[in-house]
Amino acid sequence: MTLTASTELTRRLLAPTADTPLPRWDLDTLVREATASGLSGRGGGGFPTAAKLRALAGRGGVVVGNAMEGEPLSRKDAVLLTTSPALVLDGLRLVGAAVGARRVVLALGPSLPEVTSDEVEVLRLSGGFVAGQETALVNQLDDGPAVPRDPLVRVTTRGVGGRPTLVLNAETLAHLALIARHGAAWFRSVGPPEEPGTSLFTVSGSVAHPGVVEAARGTRLSEVLATAAPRPFSAVLVGGFHGAWVPVAAAEVRLDAPSLAPYGASVGAGILHVLSSDSCPLIAAAEFTSWLAAQSAGQCGPCINGLPRLADSLTRLAQRVSDPTLPAEINRLQRLVTGRGACAHPDGTARLVGSTLRVFADHVVEHIAGRCTLGGAR
Amino acid sequence: MSRLHVDWTRCDGHGACTELLPELLATDDWGYPLSRTGERDPEIPAELTRHAEHAVHTCPLLALRLTRHPR
Repeated sequence: MTLTASTELTRRLLAPTADTPLPRWDLDTLVREATASGLSGRGGGGFPTAAKLRALAGRGGVVVGNAMEGEPLSRKDAVLLTTSPALVLDGLRLVGAAVGARRVVLALGPSLPEVTSDEVEVLRLSGGFVAGQETALVNQLDDGPAVPRDPLVRVTTRGVGGRPTLVLNAETLAHLALIARHGAAWFRSVGPPEEPGTSLFTVSGSVAHPGVVEAARGTRLSEVLATAAPRPFSAVLVGGFHGAWVPVAAAEVRLDAPSLAPYGASVGAGILHVLSSDSCPLIAAAEFTSWLAAQSAGQCGPCINGLPRLADSLTRLAQRVSDPTLPAEINRLQRLVTGRGACAHPDGTARLVGSTLRVFADHVVEHIAGRCTLGGAR
Repeated sequence: MSRLHVDWTRCDGHGACTELLPELLATDDWGYPLSRTGERDPEIPAELTRHAEHAVHTCPLLALRLTRHPR
């Protein structure tokens, strides 16, 4: 397909920032402005930021900026902390002061740039795909291993050191710093009313110019991709390894929750991975799933056992093993692991696999018939 | 109404809970409890409350909790 030339994308986070003073907000003001802005978390979960702030059980807790970026297809937090580190630190200072935090931490994953601050405790933590999950981050800050905890007691009630803990993605914090300076109405002036503001998108895969771009929520997928000059493609993995495929026929879809819902996708952390028309989608998905299975923290039975089985079955399908029961078995396994772990890893892996079988249903038939001649990702 | 919560980081598939609460829990391919309703934390009908409490106390890994959170 032909992509139209990019229209002007909105630059806020990645624009040069004026060094205007940051207001000092109390918690009521912060919650009110976060609510008015409609800001949702930019780390993947998409949870309303105001609701998270309201859930914080008390003062004297811990605020953590999450820049772990354990998703290999994401670079947006690294780019944000290279281009506009002050915005992320401002967001941390703003929230830390408002909630009366005794500790304000910026948690950097292994591949993130160096950040220095006099006011924020900057820590370099060990990484891995699940290390950025909220409870795994809390565990690591408590000198434990970077593995998730049972989420029954929320970290906003009992987190780091047993204290109420607020974990916010680095990009979410940067948006808060801009909202503090320019106001909620300004934030809402781009993007759909139910999902306002901009997001950072990491475009990768079969494109001439991979990289990070900022665009309003609700921008068309094709417009964001055009900035990276995609080669002919069959589908785009939206939301990363825990995401879902949008087929090329739907490349005009808007990047917001209601538009992506029919594909089982969400903007998530803004990952857009382009699959070449020359690459077999089942080989790609099997490779991703095998990688995800190896990323299990090894704590929860259904994840330890189910993800390798899921990856094996999908790999057999990708290898054109002539077994017509494979799709049903893969679907059974992806349903079997869903909702049965301490973190979102089995659910996210199941989402990718389920999407693969739905979006590439015709291609699955080709594989069972032994007819696919496409190779791995290129 | 209470719900039955499994702490998957503790559960080792010992199987005591699935024996005590067959109405709520089946066993998966690997011996771990599997909610029959498909709910993440299945709701416990009033008539099964005592069995559920027994299961919570019987679990050798203390992996079960009765909760009141809505999910």
